[in-house]
Amino acid sequence: MNAPDVIVVGAGIVGAACAWRLTQRGLRVTLVDDGRPGATAAGMGHLVCMDDNPAELALTAWSLALWRDILPRLPDNCAWRDCGTLWLAQQPDELEEAERKRQRLADVQVASEPLCASALTAREPTLGAGLAGGLWVPGDGIVYAPNVARWFIEQAGERLTHITGEVIALEEPWLQLRDGRRLQAPAILLACASGANKLLAEQWLRIKKGQLAITDRYPARLSHQLVELGYAVSAHAPDGKSVAFNLQPRPTGQLLIGSSREYDNPDSRPDPVLLAAMLHRACDFLPWLADLNLIRCWSGFRSASPDGQPLLGPHPHRPGVWLALGHEGLGVTTAPGTAWLLADQITDNKPAIDAAPWLASRLNRQEVNA
Amino acid sequence: MTQTINLTIDGVAITVVEGTSVAAALARSPLPAARLSVSGQLRPPFCGMGVCQECRITIDGKRRLACQTPCRAGMRVERDAKFRSDQHD
Ligand SMILES: Cc1cc2nc3c(=O)[nH]c(=O)nc-3n(C[C@H](O)[C@H](O)[C@H](O)COP(=O)(O)OP(=O)(O)OC[C@H]3O[C@@H](n4cnc5c(N)ncnc54)[C@H](O)[C@@H]3O)c2cc1C
Ligand code: FES
Repeated sequence: MNAPDVIVVGAGIVGAACAWRLTQRGLRVTLVDDGRPGATAAGMGHLVCMDDNPAELALTAWSLALWRDILPRLPDNCAWRDCGTLWLAQQPDELEEAERKRQRLADVQVASEPLCASALTAREPTLGAGLAGGLWVPGDGIVYAPNVARWFIEQAGERLTHITGEVIALEEPWLQLRDGRRLQAPAILLACASGANKLLAEQWLRIKKGQLAITDRYPARLSHQLVELGYAVSAHAPDGKSVAFNLQPRPTGQLLIGSSREYDNPDSRPDPVLLAAMLHRACDFLPWLADLNLIRCWSGFRSASPDGQPLLGPHPHRPGVWLALGHEGLGVTTAPGTAWLLADQITDNKPAIDAAPWLASRLNRQEVNA
Repeated sequence: MTQTINLTIDGVAITVVEGTSVAAALARSPLPAARLSVSGQLRPPFCGMGVCQECRITIDGKRRLACQTPCRAGMRVERDAKFRSDQHD
C-alpha cells in the first residue's frame, strides 16, 4: 500500500466527513476505525443552529450552510427532512430569551420567527395547552447520521482506503494497530472522540452519557423537531444528571424522544429512573405521549472537552498530529464545518471562518490560568 | 368442549380456540405477518415473549404486541393500510 497523505482515525460522522473533504482536496486518505459503534450510531441527528456562544454559533451556522449543499444529494436512507426546529417557551419570560435567540441567529443570517401561543399551536396543533409561545427556526433539519457517515465514505472514491483496526499507539508519523500493522503518514487526524485520550496520553475528553427512547410508528402527529427553550439551561448543568425535552418526528412516523446528560458514567445500560424523568418531561409538553408505546431505548456517549467546545486543528505541540474531537452534542450538525476547517488547515489554506476559538492550545492556557 | 371465539384480521373473520394469542391467530391467517418493515419486508412475530417488538399491530384502535394479547370475541386486528393495499395488488 502506498503511504497516504493523511490517516484519519475514527469513522464516525466527523472522521468520515473529514476523510471525504480531504479526498476532494486531492489528498490520499486512509481511514482507520475499530468498528465499534460510536456516538454517531446513538445520537439524534438533529441539524440545529446553536447559539450558546459566538464561536459555537459561527460553527453551527456555517455547517448548516454547508449541509444545504450536501443534503439534496443524500440517498433516501439518510432520511433528511427539513422539518425545522420549534423552540418551546413554557414561561412568558422565556419569550424574552426567544427574542434574544432570534437576534443572535439574525446576526449570522439565520432566519427565525417568534411565535405567540396561538401561532405555536397553529404550527403544531397537538402541543399541550399553556405554552407561552416559541421560536421557529425553519432552516434546521434532521438526518440519519450513521448512513450519512457511510455515504461520505462512499463519496470519497478511490482516494480513500478504509480499513478496520484499533489504533493502540500514536508515534507520529506512525500509528500502531493492535493487529501488528503499522501505518505512516505526514498528517494524522484524530477523529476518534474520547478514544483520543489514550492515544494522546491526555485527559482532554470526558464522556457525557445520553439516553434516547423511540416509539412505535404513529404517522403524521408532529411535523417539527421540538426542543424546550430552557434546553441550554437544563442540558448544561455543570455536573450530575439532567434532562431536557427534545423530540424528533422520524420519517417512519416514529417519535424519537430525548434527552438526558450525565458525566463520566461509562455504563451503557439505560438508567430507568433518568429515563422516567426524561419521559415525564416530554409529557409536560405533549400529554398524549403517555398513551404511545415505546419500542426501544438506548444510550450513547457524547465526548466533551473541558470547556464543552470542540478541539479542531493542529495539536498544540506535536507537528503532524491534527484534532477533530470533543463535538459533545453537536457533532452531526458540525461535521461539515469541522471537515472543511481541517481540510483547509491541513492543505495550508485559509479557512472560511476564524479557526482560533477551536485550537487545543486554549486548554494549556486554561491550565496556566487555573 | 373447547370454546371458540370470532375476531377479524383486516376485516376478515377468523375463528380461534379461546386462549389463543393474537400472534397465534396471525399464524393461522392466510398471511402470517404482523407488519411491514421500513424497507417493505413482511415481519412476523419472532420472540413470542414481548421483547423483540416485531409483532406490533393495531388491536381495537390501539398499538399492541400481538404475542402479548389474548384474542377476545369481536376483536378488530388491523395491519397498516399500506400492508393491506400491498396484499390486494
Ligand atoms: C444521545 C445523543 C444524542 C445526540 N444528538 C445529536 C443531535 O441531535 N445533533 C447533533 O448534531 N449531534 C448529536 N449528538 C452528538 C453526535 O452524535 C456526536 O457529536 C457525533 O456523533 C460525534 O461523532 P464522531 O465521529 O466525533 O464520534 P463517534 O461517532 O464516536 O466516532 C468515533 C469512532 O472512532 C472509533 N475509535 C475510537 N478510538 C479508536 C481507536 N483507538 N482506533 C480506531 N478507532 C477508534 C470509535 O469506535 C468510533 O467509531 C448526540 C449524541 C448523543 C450521545
Ligand atoms: S413476537 Fe417479539 S415482542 Fe411479540
